[in-house]
Amino acid sequence: MSNGFKRRDFLKGTVAAGAATAIPLSLVEVSFGMGSNNAAAAGAQDFTFAYISDSHLTHIKGTEFNDNFDKGLKRAVTELNFMSPKPDFVIYGGDLSQLGKKAELDHGLEIMSGIRELDVKWVIGEHDYYLDLGAYWRDNISELYYSFDHKGVHFVVLNSILTYDEWTHERWPTAMDRMKAMARLDNPEGSPFMVGAEQRQWLADDLAQVDKATPIVVLSHSPLYQVFKPWNFWTEDAAEVQKLLQPFDKVNVLHGHVHQVLYNQIGNITFQAMMATAWPWPYPVSYAQHANAVPKTTVFMNRADPHNLRDGTGWGSVDLVSGRETIHHTLWRNTNRTIAYDADAGHPVDTKYQDPASQIPPQDHY
Amino acid sequence: MRRLTTWLVGGALLLTAGGAQAQTLDPQDPPLGLPPIPVPDDNPITKAKAELGEQLFKEERFSATGEIACASCHEPEKAFTDGRAIAEGIKGRIGTRHTPTVVNAVYYDTQFWDGRRASLETQSLDPLVNPVEHGFSSHESVLEVVRGDADYLEQFREVFGVGADGITMDHIAKAIATFERTQVSGNSPFDRYRYGGQTDAISESAKRGLQVFRNKGRCVDCHTIEQNHATFTDNEFHNLGVGWDRIGDDVFDLVANFRKMKAGDGEAGIDQTILTDDKVAELGRFAVTLDTQDVGRFKTPTLRNVAVTAPYMHDGSEKTLMEVVEFYDKGGNANPLLDGGIKELDLTEQEKQDLVNFMKTLTSPRFAENGGH
Repeated sequence: MSNGFKRRDFLKGTVAAGAATAIPLSLVEVSFGMGSNNAAAAGAQDFTFAYISDSHLTHIKGTEFNDNFDKGLKRAVTELNFMSPKPDFVIYGGDLSQLGKKAELDHGLEIMSGIRELDVKWVIGEHDYYLDLGAYWRDNISELYYSFDHKGVHFVVLNSILTYDEWTHERWPTAMDRMKAMARLDNPEGSPFMVGAEQRQWLADDLAQVDKATPIVVLSHSPLYQVFKPWNFWTEDAAEVQKLLQPFDKVNVLHGHVHQVLYNQIGNITFQAMMATAWPWPYPVSYAQHANAVPKTTVFMNRADPHNLRDGTGWGSVDLVSGRETIHHTLWRNTNRTIAYDADAGHPVDTKYQDPASQIPPQDHY
Repeated sequence: MRRLTTWLVGGALLLTAGGAQAQTLDPQDPPLGLPPIPVPDDNPITKAKAELGEQLFKEERFSATGEIACASCHEPEKAFTDGRAIAEGIKGRIGTRHTPTVVNAVYYDTQFWDGRRASLETQSLDPLVNPVEHGFSSHESVLEVVRGDADYLEQFREVFGVGADGITMDHIAKAIATFERTQVSGNSPFDRYRYGGQTDAISESAKRGLQVFRNKGRCVDCHTIEQNHATFTDNEFHNLGVGWDRIGDDVFDLVANFRKMKAGDGEAGIDQTILTDDKVAELGRFAVTLDTQDVGRFKTPTLRNVAVTAPYMHDGSEKTLMEVVEFYDKGGNANPLLDGGIKELDLTEQEKQDLVNFMKTLTSPRFAENGGH
């Protein structure tokens, strides 16, 4: 600057760029549910991980991709990098790609590589799977189902978007025909998602090694319960999977696919949906031709503004507190939501909007 | 000095400012096209207070060099702006942001480009002690000027009922805010067309421009027009990518360091840092909320009198209305936090010109002589 004026003179409080780690501000410890639990006895600690899900990166041609969906994932990666303190790791909830193409998966990996200094745990979605049945994913990204332990919590990743062998292997002239058939909603030629007998046996064997007091987190792409079949908000063998999980004291299922705030409780199992970065789905209650089982505990998201590309989408983080998950949804151009397990109610509740009196009235002026 | 002349008639305040035509100013009955003027209960508008506020607004002794008044950047002759890209304070010191107009600022929910002050009353205190603006080290210097001036003492006694020792910065802020509150301006050709039923008040091109503004241009999403008034702002904060090229990947360190600074010093020094560090300045609304969704977001400015308040954007980086239209047409500046409402518009040359012509109809008669850009 001119006339000898030094702007740095005024920065008495600033620390030079690139200096040490940030002071924790964004994540405050919550102490609910600390009383009647034995998670501490099982050695579980509190920690935080982040999630990004359902980006649906869509290849157009050459190096050209749908810009809207790129923007969603890039925004999530950027905001995740701002987190302070940093989460322990990141979950990717599936449907990184739209049609499972190598170009789309590579493009997704490139954008996700913008995440600084954190491991990503990958869950596969049907849009990633049905072109090559997970071959490129397995070779370049991750196993399709696996488990790991973190700070006293047992994590299980399932490939929940499998279906009948006949549908997968015998119906379609080309792999892309199969991919496009599974990508459609309301498809009379479609087929329900399932975990399948082989994987359920693996899960039973895996869980046999785990103490019943150890908190469990299951990561899947489809909800491991049944909400609405025409859109595959559904897992056909959900009841059998749940049966394997119910003996544990604290079970948290985190899934993608539904592109909306959705939460439920069945027995010991708490279910939470991850938001999509690509677009929001309406709630199935808006589709009257078929029965739905949208959980009554869920306080719906506001209707998204179709004029705003990012409304109704987002990413989030999950605090594991005494083995129960508290999910924080960052909703772009919408009101952020936090949903936590309420020990008295015995199910998850929105910490701010569960009471109808505190919900935001619908917009009546356009 | 040109005095603001005001007089009360039956509860309504009549005023002439800058030689403009006399107009009635009843907060509940504002000029055509404007909503009622928000007036805080503890600071009602009076003629004497507005007049005192105008003198304080133009007081150059309110600066370390005796040369800078509020009016030095908010020049009444330039529709209360300065025509510069970035504001210039004492000793030619350059800040980081473009001077916004005072005209119709009363309709903002928050003040400053990042909304770091909630009211006109709280806004005016910060520039006085900012080293790149008025440059005082403390507000005590402001009080010394007022307490040492017999004419001011008389007026403060009349307006607030206080003697020299009783005068506080609160009184000064209230007087300046009251003057600013009277600087509302509607009755533009657009207002006469839209709200006055005068169908020939604007050109055919401007009428087409209004259609583009409301539809294909998506302008009205943020620069709002209501059924019976238009402030041309949603009072929200949006990321258009203006100034993003100054931070780029540094944004992660800037955010981390700013959090640390605010955790350590609280609000102290924030105003200085924002106006002296041209990278921190680009964090925008984040500096106020610490919500990283707000990084790079700035307040939607009103478009009233926009043709006479060039240049544009929070950093004055667009020189003409056509440049602004071109900026939006290309979908702003790409960055990961770009507002979801910003996308390529694909406007034709005719549509762009119509939009510019529409914006030129937003100039109030009082400022029409300043010409357009």
